Amino acid sequence: MTAAVWRRPVSRWTWPAGLVTRIALGFIVLSLLSGAFDAPDLFSRGGVAATLRFSAPILLAGLGALWAERSGVINIGLEGMMIAGTWFGAWAGYQWGVGPALVAGIAAGVAFGLLHAVLSVTFGVDQAISGLSLNLLATGVTRFLSSVTFATVPGGSIATSPPVPDFPSLSVPGLSSVLDPLAGSGIPILADAVAVVLGLLTDVSILTIAVVGLVPITWWVLWRTRLGLRIRAVGESPEAADSLGVRPWRYRFLALGVSGGLAGLGGVYLVTVASSLYREGQTAGRGFIGLATVIFGNWNPLSVTLGSLVFGFTDALRTRQEATVGVLLVGLGLLGAVVAIRRGVTHDWRAALLFGIPASAMLAWFWFVRVVPSEFVSFAPHLTTLLVLAFARQRLRPPSALGEPFRRGDAG
Amino acid sequence: MGRVRSVVLTVVAPGAALGLAFAVAWLILGLTGADPAATLSDALRYGIQPSTLIAVVNKAVPYYLAGIAAAIGFHLRLFNIGIDGQYRLAAFAAAVVGAAVALPAPLHVALIVLVAMVVGWAWAAIAGLLYVHRGVNVVISTIMLNAIATGIIAYLLSPLRLAQQAAGSNNVTTATIPDSGWVPGIPTAAGDLNGLVALATLVGLGYWIVLHRTTVGFEVRGMGLASRAATVAGIRAPRLALLTMAASGAIAGLVGLPQLLGTSHRFGLDFPAGLAFTGLSVAILGRNHPIGVAVAAFVWAFIERSAQVLDLAGVSKEVVTILQAVIVLSIVVAYELVRRIRARQERRYVANSVEGVRA
Repeated sequence: MTAAVWRRPVSRWTWPAGLVTRIALGFIVLSLLSGAFDAPDLFSRGGVAATLRFSAPILLAGLGALWAERSGVINIGLEGMMIAGTWFGAWAGYQWGVGPALVAGIAAGVAFGLLHAVLSVTFGVDQAISGLSLNLLATGVTRFLSSVTFATVPGGSIATSPPVPDFPSLSVPGLSSVLDPLAGSGIPILADAVAVVLGLLTDVSILTIAVVGLVPITWWVLWRTRLGLRIRAVGESPEAADSLGVRPWRYRFLALGVSGGLAGLGGVYLVTVASSLYREGQTAGRGFIGLATVIFGNWNPLSVTLGSLVFGFTDALRTRQEATVGVLLVGLGLLGAVVAIRRGVTHDWRAALLFGIPASAMLAWFWFVRVVPSEFVSFAPHLTTLLVLAFARQRLRPPSALGEPFRRGDAG
Repeated sequence: MGRVRSVVLTVVAPGAALGLAFAVAWLILGLTGADPAATLSDALRYGIQPSTLIAVVNKAVPYYLAGIAAAIGFHLRLFNIGIDGQYRLAAFAAAVVGAAVALPAPLHVALIVLVAMVVGWAWAAIAGLLYVHRGVNVVISTIMLNAIATGIIAYLLSPLRLAQQAAGSNNVTTATIPDSGWVPGIPTAAGDLNGLVALATLVGLGYWIVLHRTTVGFEVRGMGLASRAATVAGIRAPRLALLTMAASGAIAGLVGLPQLLGTSHRFGLDFPAGLAFTGLSVAILGRNHPIGVAVAAFVWAFIERSAQVLDLAGVSKEVVTILQAVIVLSIVVAYELVRRIRARQERRYVANSVEGVRA
């Protein structure tokens, strides 16, 4: 007789069906809320387009971090590589157009990525120190270069470049004429859904499309090619890889070059699509937020994409109306309350309090104050990053050799 | 013989880094069309004037405090980039509290110092708790906390709330702290030395004593040198990490005080920002040693101050940031190379001794 062990049926939300259901549910609730509190731009076409525009640079930084970390190197220099990308992209862009901007920005990112490799792989310098000093170097170099280039041309200054041209945009033909009446119809949930579709499929920059394309390409290269296998092997166990003839430093150099190139492309995106000029401090910590998406996304490209959408959405809040931010606060508060109640039902009081207190604080703030001050909205993506990292389930598995320099025959 | 060699190896790394920075400065000056030799000697001559040196020391005081704050974290490989948010939030809170109360002079200053340390401690403790309980990377969490601190200060530093419009300028500041909360300068022949030099000296001394003469200091050093051995010996790593992070924050809270107590006496939009990277660089350069960090802070301030001459020569003084980055990069490489040379020497020494025993 076999032991009949009763197991609780596993009712886990399975990817991606559960995820889709959750997103749909959240969408419906927020859509109803935005109708109830008169915040029409939550799911407006412009709002969706802005989310896409703000997510793309974070996604690029995230993919860059993914490449580096899968090879075992933490790339804290991403921010600096992105800064280099913005400056060189703008410098080439305002003179010769978008093509050269792309080349110059990516090349600058690759150069900084390789410098990071020289320092942390060849010389075995602590990866955090190397990355941080690269950020300092990028800041210094771009400031200095601005003072000898942008400051001397009309339309530029020591902190800003002359206007940079934009990439052309594409739309799905005919979609607008079919869906526009529906979006303007005012039918509660449908109108919002149509606006989202319109925002995603019309007037999208070709650079955005290329960025989205980089996600499956990254996945395919890292998980379906010999090269990717080797990069990941080097990140898991450089000793084992080395003993099989895969030279860790070679793949780490390559991965860091790609990582820097992606961050540089993120910089180009910022100066061309997300805005129309170079501004000092434009990256605003997006390189670091990109690093956070990789942790949040458990070193997996699809989850990294999802994370960058979340952070991009909060980043785009500063372009929204005040009422919209208030509605989101209610949405978040409700979500927190639901989680708290569910935890309370299973007598997990600590978790219930952990979610319940901030949730009631958010709801109370909305009830009494209504408006979220713009100063607070400006750090929304940073706060979100912090909260997501703090509350996300920590069932994470980073590459096992992450952060450790490899030296053949080095016992310690 | 071995000892001499060891000292030489210690000095050679910073020397090489400064030399390389000098060469880069030469190169950049040459590229921008200035006369490198003349410009650099002008900068040097300006830098060593007594009045400039006093200014350099005054500039170095906050750098030193930031450097010690960073050094505390470095012992456990905690990169406290949050020094920036910690000291700005601390100085802001200290300025508000300091202006709101009237106390006899020593108590007033003590209260301001205490408020600054507590705020810095608390803000850093958030990152410490997230690291210990949720495994959140300190670099990322402190950068996010910096952005949040900036937003909170921007919100509160408004004429509608805790600040006022300064007369005749665009600056928005907190109310001025009354005289009893000022720390007078130390008069010298070439100008006033910031009175907070004394506080910085105390902090350096305290840092050394705690690190080398107390149990906690022993635990921190043990954890830094051999974390596994320390864990096996019963040192609780999470507790220590939280403690170190919070201590780093408490010292970081002091960074804004030379400005607040010594010169401006109020917190405004023009309060210096971005000293976290300075602190980290200075700590790396000074190898976490209280005297080394002091020398590094002085060098840092000296480079920045003497670069003022560059503007006269028609060269942007932004070159300084490049030089500083080059110094940090080359010094970490140099330290790593020195470490490898040392390790090789030690291995050879051990091998020789073992052979001697066998024979």
